[in-house]
Amino acid sequence: MTNELLRISGVTKAYPGVIANSDVSFSIAKGEIHALLGENGAGKSTLVKMIYGLVKPDSGTLHLHGQPYAPTRPSAARNAGVAMVFQHFSLFEALNVAENVALGMENPPPMRALAQKIRAVSEDYGLPLDPSRMVGDLSAGERQRVEIIRCLLQDPKLLIMDEPTSVLTPQEVEILFQTLRQLSAEGTAILYISHKLEEIRALCDEATILRRGKVVGTCTPRDVSARDMAEMMVGAVLTPPARAARKDWGDPQAALEVSGLSLASPIPFGTSLKDISFSVQRGEILGIAGVAGNGQDELLLALSGELRSAPDMVKCHGKPIGEAPPNARRAMGFVAAPEDRLGHAAAPDMSLVENALLSGAVRKDLTRNGFIDWAKTKVWAEEVVAQYDVRTPGTWVAARALSGGNLQKFLMGRELSQAPEVVIINQPTWGVDAAAAAFIRQEILNRAQDGAAVVVISQDLDDLLEVSDRFAALNEGRLTPTRPTEGLTVDEIGLMMGGAHGMEVAHHG
Amino acid sequence: MDLGGINPAVLVASLMVASVPIMLAAIGELVVEKAGVLNLGVEGMMIMGAVCGFATAVETGSPFLGFIGGALGAMALSFVFAVLTQFLQANQVATGLALTLFGLGLSSLMGQGYVGIKPPLTDVVPFGPLADLPVVGRILFDHDPMVYLSIAVIAVVWAVLKFSRMGLILRAVGENHDAAHALGYKVTRIRVLAIMFGGAMAGLGGAYLSLVRVPQWTDGITAGAGWIALAIVVFASWKPWRVLIGAYLFGGISVLQLNLQAAGARIPVEYLSMSPYLITILVLVIMSSGKGRSAMNAPAALGQNFHASR
Repeated sequence: MTNELLRISGVTKAYPGVIANSDVSFSIAKGEIHALLGENGAGKSTLVKMIYGLVKPDSGTLHLHGQPYAPTRPSAARNAGVAMVFQHFSLFEALNVAENVALGMENPPPMRALAQKIRAVSEDYGLPLDPSRMVGDLSAGERQRVEIIRCLLQDPKLLIMDEPTSVLTPQEVEILFQTLRQLSAEGTAILYISHKLEEIRALCDEATILRRGKVVGTCTPRDVSARDMAEMMVGAVLTPPARAARKDWGDPQAALEVSGLSLASPIPFGTSLKDISFSVQRGEILGIAGVAGNGQDELLLALSGELRSAPDMVKCHGKPIGEAPPNARRAMGFVAAPEDRLGHAAAPDMSLVENALLSGAVRKDLTRNGFIDWAKTKVWAEEVVAQYDVRTPGTWVAARALSGGNLQKFLMGRELSQAPEVVIINQPTWGVDAAAAAFIRQEILNRAQDGAAVVVISQDLDDLLEVSDRFAALNEGRLTPTRPTEGLTVDEIGLMMGGAHGMEVAHHG
Repeated sequence: MDLGGINPAVLVASLMVASVPIMLAAIGELVVEKAGVLNLGVEGMMIMGAVCGFATAVETGSPFLGFIGGALGAMALSFVFAVLTQFLQANQVATGLALTLFGLGLSSLMGQGYVGIKPPLTDVVPFGPLADLPVVGRILFDHDPMVYLSIAVIAVVWAVLKFSRMGLILRAVGENHDAAHALGYKVTRIRVLAIMFGGAMAGLGGAYLSLVRVPQWTDGITAGAGWIALAIVVFASWKPWRVLIGAYLFGGISVLQLNLQAAGARIPVEYLSMSPYLITILVLVIMSSGKGRSAMNAPAALGQNFHASR
């Protein structure tokens, strides 16, 4: 193994209550694209943070180029030739591209020279980028380019990419893969973290699979089926959600009808909604795809009632409700689950019982003469916890104390168990493991089976393809016409999501 | 040239003097807020600067040492704020308000022996014949060093924030502390240093009040100047040169109302003396009503505590 770049041997890292990594060992060769595969919480992020010097291992050693390697801070890692593209972009929205790049470098040249260099490198790798643009105005794909170029300017030997494709359209993914293959051909090793199996099969040379902090297997992704890898990752046999035939509810009017909905965004750097129209029948699930920041949050606000519109823009069974506030809509059978778990869907410092009350008070009838029926609320919260397999010491703990996946299960359960007539969900399976995701999808299907009209907004195409009857995509605040999900190809979906967002072309597009 | 008993050259010259304290305090607070920290204790730090500066100048007989003492005294108080908010994760708004109340009380205690004493005089910078030029000489070349220093500080802060790497890192920390941490910058250390710079500037401003502007020590000498400084930072939408404009504007109004009182305008004194504060409120309302723009320029992580967890 003269070709070895990085060797990890016996690395262990424990946090209070969890062992994030336990005796992890593997190695990466020069120019190799190595996949690190595992579910949320399997310890992938902790492991790469150790390689990048953000976290110190409790025991075990790292070797780079055969030399012992123990970075104590990211700058040490960067000096050693290790660069990282983060999962949640580590970018500064109010600064421009060149300033963002400069912040990730050890000794940046003067701004003007740096801007020149950014232009040159970005052209070389087919990732055109204008150094003077504000990052807040860029699309997700372009933001990722900023991160990648920040890494490339330092001529890295090892490039770590943490879930790089979760915010890209299929076409943008293809452009990214071309860049990565070019880098690999030039001798840069890439550590590619993902749970998207088909992508790993298309891109990676080797894969190491983690489960609960331990290496549970290695494989050559091209030779193994995605299903086998998934089962190694989860450690169980997976069953896709079952779908019964749709009942005809004989209701002539749509349960939810949106027509010509145009609204300015209340969020800084947000996207305004432009002339959105669709309708959902009882028992039907409409899936809305789109890359983050194309109006998903705003659409949810407009449907839940947090953002009011003209009365006729939103109708429920033919009744105009555009001006109705959230509680009035809840009384009509609406439930809404926003994407942001802490702060929007849940009050972080309040207990699960209190959080249950906040959205369930109207539909579950949890108040009497203005007083809260705590006993009833607690019983309901406990039901949700039991039914949705929420791992928590009790319903009295603060929402903040739950892990992301567990809180997501609780919040989904809270909304879906209110016997809803109209369900609006943004990112239902964000950050939950495969088994829980399958369960949540099944519950969404069950609600539709019970006669609810469902709108699922998601950036995860698997969510949408598995549950939705009809499909549309949000792109820069506009909604494409809806199409039946059956028979749609990934290519078509990609084009609906805006294709490559004009990224092949150099500038604004 | 006189306008209703008010000489414009004298008016401009005196508004430059009047705005020195709020300008220094505001530019210090601007740096603090650019680093993502909201320190509402400016008033308390200013008055600590005023009493420490006054005491030092009286004891040593040197106004220069007085200003140093004022800066150090306020910096010590700001360090208390830094420890509470950056290391102990206390709420920034509550801590800032407590700092103001604490500063007012402590300064009153420390200043008890100094009431009624005159401080040593701060000399005017000798520009020689330049000072004798008509109008221009009175406005530009007839001031004490602190007037020039305050303008120099604005220029330096502007240049550092805009052109230097240090300024870029400071802005990055105030914009997104998690990302800055992920890139390996020491968020807490940078913020503590920014808070102490803010304290030193507020202290200089306070010392200027007790040593030059008034010049003597009385309880509550700052009389809300710290709050005006905070308002100016918002008014300036976190841009250094606009702090200068804002400070001159507010300084101008307070000088003008004094002059109007002296000239015997037929408006009750109370209305005139409340006018700078009224204008402050008005400006803040106007600034924040134009949603997007000014809100967007605020550092995104302003007032949020940072804790390096996993």
